Amino acid sequence: MQDVKAILEEIKASPYEEVEVLAPHTGVVEFKVSGQGAKVLAASGTWKEKPGTLLATLVRERNARNIHCTRKGEVQTVHAHLNGKFVEAGTPLMVLRHFFTKDEVTQLILKKVLFLFNAPERAKYYFAAETDKKVKVSGCQSIKVKDGMDLFIVSRMKREKGLSYSGPEGIIYATYFSHDQNVDAGQPLISVCPESQMDVIRDVVNRVQSDWEERD
Amino acid sequence: MDIEKSIQELADRLQYIRDIFGSRKSDDVALLSSKLEEFRSREAGASMAQKVKLLSQLEDLFVFVEKKLDPELTPMDRVRIVRHPQRITLKDILEFCYDNYTEIGGQDEYSIDPSMLIARAYITRRQGDKVHNQPVMVIGQEKGHGQEFRNGGSVKPWGNAKALQYMKVAETENIPIHTYVFTPGAFPVEDYPGAAQQIARNLYEMAALRVPVIACFSEGGSGGAEAIALADTRLMLSHGYYSVISPEGAGAIESGIRQGQRAPVELIEECAARLNITAEDNLRMGYVDRVVQEPPLGARPHHYDFFKRLRQEMMMATDEAMLSVKGMNFIRAKAIKRRKQAALADAESFFVRWSLDERAAERLVWKRYSKFRNMAKHACMDKTSVSRRVKDTLQQMSWSTYSYLRYEFLRTYGQKLSHLAEEAEAEVRVVAQRLLRPFKRTGARKVDTETIQKLTELSCAEDGICLDGEWEGAYLSPKAREDKAVTCPNAATHGCLDLWAPDLFGDFAGVCQYCGHHFPMEYQWVMNNVLDKDSVMEFNQDVEAANPLNYPGFDQKLEDAKKKLKLKSSCVTYEASIEGMKVVVGMLVAPFRGGTVGAAEGEKFIRALARARKKHYPFLAYVHGTAGIRIQEGTNGVIQMPRVTMAVRRYIEAGGLYLVLYDTNSYAGPVASFLGCSPYQFSVRSANIGFAGPGVIKETTGVDIPPDYHLAYNALARGHIQGIWDRREIRNNLVQAFQTIGGRNLYYR
Repeated sequence: MQDVKAILEEIKASPYEEVEVLAPHTGVVEFKVSGQGAKVLAASGTWKEKPGTLLATLVRERNARNIHCTRKGEVQTVHAHLNGKFVEAGTPLMVLRHFFTKDEVTQLILKKVLFLFNAPERAKYYFAAETDKKVKVSGCQSIKVKDGMDLFIVSRMKREKGLSYSGPEGIIYATYFSHDQNVDAGQPLISVCPESQMDVIRDVVNRVQSDWEERD
Repeated sequence: MDIEKSIQELADRLQYIRDIFGSRKSDDVALLSSKLEEFRSREAGASMAQKVKLLSQLEDLFVFVEKKLDPELTPMDRVRIVRHPQRITLKDILEFCYDNYTEIGGQDEYSIDPSMLIARAYITRRQGDKVHNQPVMVIGQEKGHGQEFRNGGSVKPWGNAKALQYMKVAETENIPIHTYVFTPGAFPVEDYPGAAQQIARNLYEMAALRVPVIACFSEGGSGGAEAIALADTRLMLSHGYYSVISPEGAGAIESGIRQGQRAPVELIEECAARLNITAEDNLRMGYVDRVVQEPPLGARPHHYDFFKRLRQEMMMATDEAMLSVKGMNFIRAKAIKRRKQAALADAESFFVRWSLDERAAERLVWKRYSKFRNMAKHACMDKTSVSRRVKDTLQQMSWSTYSYLRYEFLRTYGQKLSHLAEEAEAEVRVVAQRLLRPFKRTGARKVDTETIQKLTELSCAEDGICLDGEWEGAYLSPKAREDKAVTCPNAATHGCLDLWAPDLFGDFAGVCQYCGHHFPMEYQWVMNNVLDKDSVMEFNQDVEAANPLNYPGFDQKLEDAKKKLKLKSSCVTYEASIEGMKVVVGMLVAPFRGGTVGAAEGEKFIRALARARKKHYPFLAYVHGTAGIRIQEGTNGVIQMPRVTMAVRRYIEAGGLYLVLYDTNSYAGPVASFLGCSPYQFSVRSANIGFAGPGVIKETTGVDIPPDYHLAYNALARGHIQGIWDRREIRNNLVQAFQTIGGRNLYYR
């Protein structure tokens, strides 16, 4: 088990992710952002119908294609020497800095610390009868799981079968399915945390929620 | 006397004047306000008799000022009047104009659509000792005095469906229908049954209702109004408006602002004036039959005299509609005519039974059709030469004669003959078979090699991807001449590779090879690549779009469009053939003022339908694209909705096959009337179909809609259209549709 607090300190030391923007195909590139420090936005709108900030255009066969920003953040470096030049697909064009949000930090920590149990196939999932009762009464964090335990019912097209848990022993930290939604194969169903770490994780998550400063 | 109540009423009247005139007329408002304050301050010390005297003086002053202000109302003031919460509503009318009523299917917000109100009502007439209770179906939009759930009278599709249902009930019960139009426009939701589709259905059914319909307009907002206003007699309240679009909407279009911004107030005022929306304008243009005079500054619920007048007018209009088609009517019809001229309404002094027999109902429907057919004739230019007109008339007469001989006369006797011949032939065949059997050779018939090849070999692998060589020399999109690559909008999700423009817009008919996305193409593409080569014969090309309202600057815009596109209106009508099948085609062209429909377009469409009816040809409405009704023509445009729908109905009832094909984007008026009423509507994959575009929906309802809301596939899923065609398959599908739907004669029945 890793030290949760250490992970948090590590993230705090560099609270951003660097995203490299690559040329999606060959063409003559022309940059549309001013340079270092410029703020850029990701696609927005209920359906992500409004494209993000226009970063550059790539012209090939007199067909100008726009490269829009996919992550919110600010411009770190622009390879300005490429402006007006012909570039190949995959050439790095610029680097953006994306600052983590509260949720992203929480997810990052949980991803490193917790064990995720994934759905083996696309289906609807339920807890087995006994577990379900306990979950309803006192929440999922009251359930202790161990390897081989009958935990789920897989339901698909009127076929129901049991599914047992396999993985490290611990307590269910969170569930990622609901009774009326299908879960795709490979998507997490639950995350499991060693019993001893529960308090530490709760503590850290609370701290992130209250203390983490998000940048605009 | 309740002084406090009277003061409150006067305060309301003052507030009303403030709301209507805004910052204008501040002198009058200040005068009234100071007088009211003065009365309030003096009231405490005064005796009752003094109070009453002062109050009556004050009331007189209010009446005087209101009378003085009334002639100064601008069209935009009238818009504010009909939208004011103090304006009379349908419930007020039901209370005061009818003797008794039962509301059908609604109690405030508990209704399928609270903004559409239906009631069975009675009007009582006394004849000597005899009392006649005359039932009538009252249908109309209920705005309520500021009730949120009524959406300000914007009816959802299911509300219009409810209205239609009860119109049919009235037809079954043989009682007249009174409709009251109190709507700023229909609510633009596409959920089944769909705003546009339901209005189209209402119009189609109302075109042939066999009971009189009397409509009364207060706020007539375009499509929403038309859904219940196709009537034998149309009355209009003197302070109402009837328009193709709200002045705000027109202002937004005129100033070219983007979503979320507001048009300048002066422009909106100006648009209200330009659109000719008042009762007077509509009476002059012939779109309403009579104006019901309201009290100064508009009717409010305390104007009891007004309700009495309205009741008389509605009764008289109903009487007149009944008497004009009934057999025994001379004296009473004359009496009504005289009373109408004298403006002395007393409809209760004589009795007309409000029911029609079969033949009278037929006359009524025909009269309604003729009435609408003659509307808006002056609103377009017809530059057809006299010799051409004479020739056309003669031609039409010959078609009518031929059609009668062939389809009426010969069918009756010819069918009998052909049945006889069929029977005889069958008999002869049996005898001949028996006699000839010994001499017949046995063995399989020889089949030519081409057929064998066709039946046994695989078809070309690339078949269907390209249009094959037979179309060489046909129309080629100008976009195909550009030497450039084009990216499919689905490239990110479907991984489509870039396409070379000459391939895409030439051989591939504007269809992405990888995902099947349809790029928009020009209208000439269908004309030249779907119809038989050299088969197109245009007619009525001299009917031109005009500027009937003298809308400033519009002449120039029309002139530019005419010059640029070498068209005279957005509607082109022609006779053509597809694989030898003769059809009449009415086409709406998107580049000409957005494919909007005005008086010229409506007239051309109606004439084309008449031609198809006379010649017994199927009719194809090819909608390259339409943005709706041309707003610069005002009511001249919106009246095309009922007008053309009635012509469509007449064509279909005569046995015609009416098929609609949408391409690119089709919205609003035409879809909500003569296109939407077709039972066979198909679409090319590229089409967006709906009642209002995303911008208008956001503007009017405040709701964001998904980007794919109007896509043809969603329209199909909602039941608006009946099928989606690939552009490369249009020709084959048209042939298939005509043959399967139209049958052997390509004309039903």
